[in-house]
Amino acid sequence: MLRLFGPLIAPIVGLGFIAALILAIITASYESEPATAAHEFHLHPKPLHLASDGMLGKFDRQQLQRGFQVYKEVCSACHSARLVAFRDLSEIGFTVPEVKAIAKNWATEVPSVNPETGEPATRKALPSDYIPSPYANETAARAANNNALPPDLSLITKAREGGAPYVHSLLTGYRDPNTYRNEKGEALPADAKPSANLHFNPYYANLNFAMPPPLVADGQVSYADGTKASVDQMAQDVSAFLVWTAEPKLENRHRTGVAVVIFLLIATTLAYFSYQNIWAGRKH
Amino acid sequence: MSFPWAQHYAPKHPVMQWLDQRLPVPRLVYNAVGAGYPVPRNLNYFWNFGVLAGAALGIQIITGIVLAMHYAANGAIAFDSVEQIMRDVNSGWLLRYAHANGASFFFIVVYIHIFRGLFYGSYKAPREMVWLLGVVIFLLMMATAFMGYVLPWGQMSFWGAQVITGFFSAIPVVGDPIRIWLLGGFAPDNAALNRFFSLHYLLPFVIAGVIILHIWALHIPGSNNPTGVDVKGPQDTVPFHPYYTAKDGFGLGVFLTLFALVLFFAPNALGHPDNYIPANPLSTPAHIVPEWYFLPFYAILKAFTFNFLWIPAKLWGVMAMFGSILLLFFLPWIDRSPVRSANYRPKYKWFFWMLVVDVLVLGYLGQAEPTVLVVLGSQVCAAYYFAHFLIILPIISRIERPLPLPNSITESVLHGEKAEAAPFGTQTA
Repeated sequence: MLRLFGPLIAPIVGLGFIAALILAIITASYESEPATAAHEFHLHPKPLHLASDGMLGKFDRQQLQRGFQVYKEVCSACHSARLVAFRDLSEIGFTVPEVKAIAKNWATEVPSVNPETGEPATRKALPSDYIPSPYANETAARAANNNALPPDLSLITKAREGGAPYVHSLLTGYRDPNTYRNEKGEALPADAKPSANLHFNPYYANLNFAMPPPLVADGQVSYADGTKASVDQMAQDVSAFLVWTAEPKLENRHRTGVAVVIFLLIATTLAYFSYQNIWAGRKH
Repeated sequence: MSFPWAQHYAPKHPVMQWLDQRLPVPRLVYNAVGAGYPVPRNLNYFWNFGVLAGAALGIQIITGIVLAMHYAANGAIAFDSVEQIMRDVNSGWLLRYAHANGASFFFIVVYIHIFRGLFYGSYKAPREMVWLLGVVIFLLMMATAFMGYVLPWGQMSFWGAQVITGFFSAIPVVGDPIRIWLLGGFAPDNAALNRFFSLHYLLPFVIAGVIILHIWALHIPGSNNPTGVDVKGPQDTVPFHPYYTAKDGFGLGVFLTLFALVLFFAPNALGHPDNYIPANPLSTPAHIVPEWYFLPFYAILKAFTFNFLWIPAKLWGVMAMFGSILLLFFLPWIDRSPVRSANYRPKYKWFFWMLVVDVLVLGYLGQAEPTVLVVLGSQVCAAYYFAHFLIILPIISRIERPLPLPNSITESVLHGEKAEAAPFGTQTA
C-alpha cells in the first residue's frame, strides 16, 4: 500500500516513528519499580541429575517404576495423567500381567455405560484405558481443593520452566514461612506470607503454592526394590517418572539422533572432500 | 537469459532428446541450477544460504504434509492429536520435532540470507526485483509460521493468536469488526483454528511459487558476489554445476548436522513450556512471547508506550512493526551508493554491524520482562532501526568515499596471477 503513495510518504511515516520514540525516551520517568517479595525470595531449581539427561541418556527403569509407585500412591489422589495409557507402562518394565493388574486395581474406575440400562456407570480400567482423573470434572476438582485445580501431570516436566529439576525442587522445597531466611538473611515480609490454604515454597513463582506438601515423611512409600524411600528419593523418582510421561520416546530420539548425526558427519566429510576435489587448483 | 558463454543443454541420450523436444524440463533445470547457469567464481559460504532456505522449505513441506495426515484441526482435540502424534504415530515425534525446529532453522538461514544481501548490496540495481520478491517471501513465511504455531492449540498458541489478531483492532473505527471477521468469532476458537490450518497448508506452496519468481528474477542479472563487481567475462564465472552444487552439498551437510543436533538432543530448547499446556481462554500466561524469530519485531511493537499526535500507542506500535518490514521494500532506492559490497564501503560496513547488533538487542528485549530499562532500550533500538534506513543510509551513501574496486572478479581472486586467467569453467582438470 505504502508504495502507491509515492516516494515521500514512507520516509515521513518512518521519521514519525523515530520522532515518537525520541519523545517517549525524553519524557519518560525513570523510577524503577520496587522489588517484590517474589523477586527477593524466588529460587531457581536445584540441579537434578537423571539417567535420561544428556545426548546418550536412557531411562533408569527401576527408578521409573519407583516413580510410578509414588505417582500411584501419592500424586494420583489429586492429579490425572490423561495422556498415559496403562498399556504404556510396559515400556518402563512392567510385564503384561502386571499392567493388567495395575489397571484393574486402580483407585479410580473409568467412565462407562451400564450395558443393561444404558445409564452412566463406571468400570474397572483396562490396559487400553488412559490413567483416569480422580475427579469427575474441573468443578469437582476445584471443590475438593479450595478452588485450586490440580494440573494434569502427563506433560508437566515439559510444561514448566525448569522441567524435572523444578518438579523435584518444588516437591522438596516447602519451608516454614516464619523461620525462612533468604540468601541475604532476610525474613519473609508479612504481606508475602501465605494466607490460609496456601503453602510457602520458594521454588514456586509467587512463593505461595496451593498444593500442600505431598511427600512429608521418609518411608511414605515402601519400595519393592529395597531403595530407602527418603523424601528426596521419592521426589527424584517421581520427577524421573514424569520425564518419561512427558517424553516417552526420549530413548528412541537419543538413539536415532546419534545414528543420524554420525551419518551426517560422514556424509558432510565426503561432501567436503568432493567440494575440494572439484575446486582443486582453482583460486576462488 | 544468461551470459553468452553459458553452456548449452545438449542431451545425448535419445530419451532425453525426445523429452527435450516435447517438454524441456531437464533443459530448464540445466539452465537454472545446472551447468547452464554461470555463477561468479568467488562466492563465499554466505552464498550457501539461499539453497539452505530452499532445503528448509522442502523439509517443512514434507514433514508438514505427513503431520497433516494425523493432526485434527478442531479446538476440542487439536492439542491431544498433537500429543498422539508424539506418542502413538510411528516416528511421529520425529516428524513433529523436525517440523517445529525446522521452522526455526528456516528463519535462521533466511535471516543470514537477508543480512548477506544487506552486507553485499545484493538489493541494488539490477537486482531490486530479487530483493522485493525476497521481502514478499519473508512476509509470507512470517504469516505461515504464526499460523503454524497456533495449530498445537497450547496456551502460547491461543494467546499468541489473541495478541497477533489484536493488531487489527488497532485500526481506527473498522478495527474490531475486521478482527472479528478474520477470526470468525470474538476470540480465537474453532473457526480461527480451522482457517489457520487451511492457510498454513496453502501458504508454503505460495512461498514455493514466489521462490520460483525470486530465482527467475535472480537469473536475469545473475548472482551478486563478495566484490559486488559485475561479471565481465567467462573467466569470472564457473558453471553452477558441478562447482556450486558441490559447495552447496557440503553446506547442506553442515546445516543438516546442526539441525539434527537440535532436533534430537534439544528439541524443546527453542519453544516455550507454556505451549505444552492446553489452550485455556480463561487463564492468561504470565508472559506472552512469540517465537524467537519474531522477537525483534515484537520489541518494536512494545516500544511504543504512549500516544503521540492523536494516534494511540497501540496503533503506533502496530504501524511501526509492519513498517519495519515494509521499509525493506524501499531499500534499493534508499541506499543510493553505486558500490554494492560493504567490503569497499568503510562507513556503511560499520553501520551494517551496528544494525546487526541493534536487531539482536531488539530480539533480546522482545522476550525480556518489560522493566523501565527494557522499555527504554527497545525505544532506543527501535528508533535506531528506523534511523539506520531513513537517516544514516541516505547520508552515508552521499558522503562516503568508497575504496577502489577491483577491475574484475578474476583480478580480485588472482591478485594479478595471470596463469589462471583462462576461462575458468572450460579448463580441464
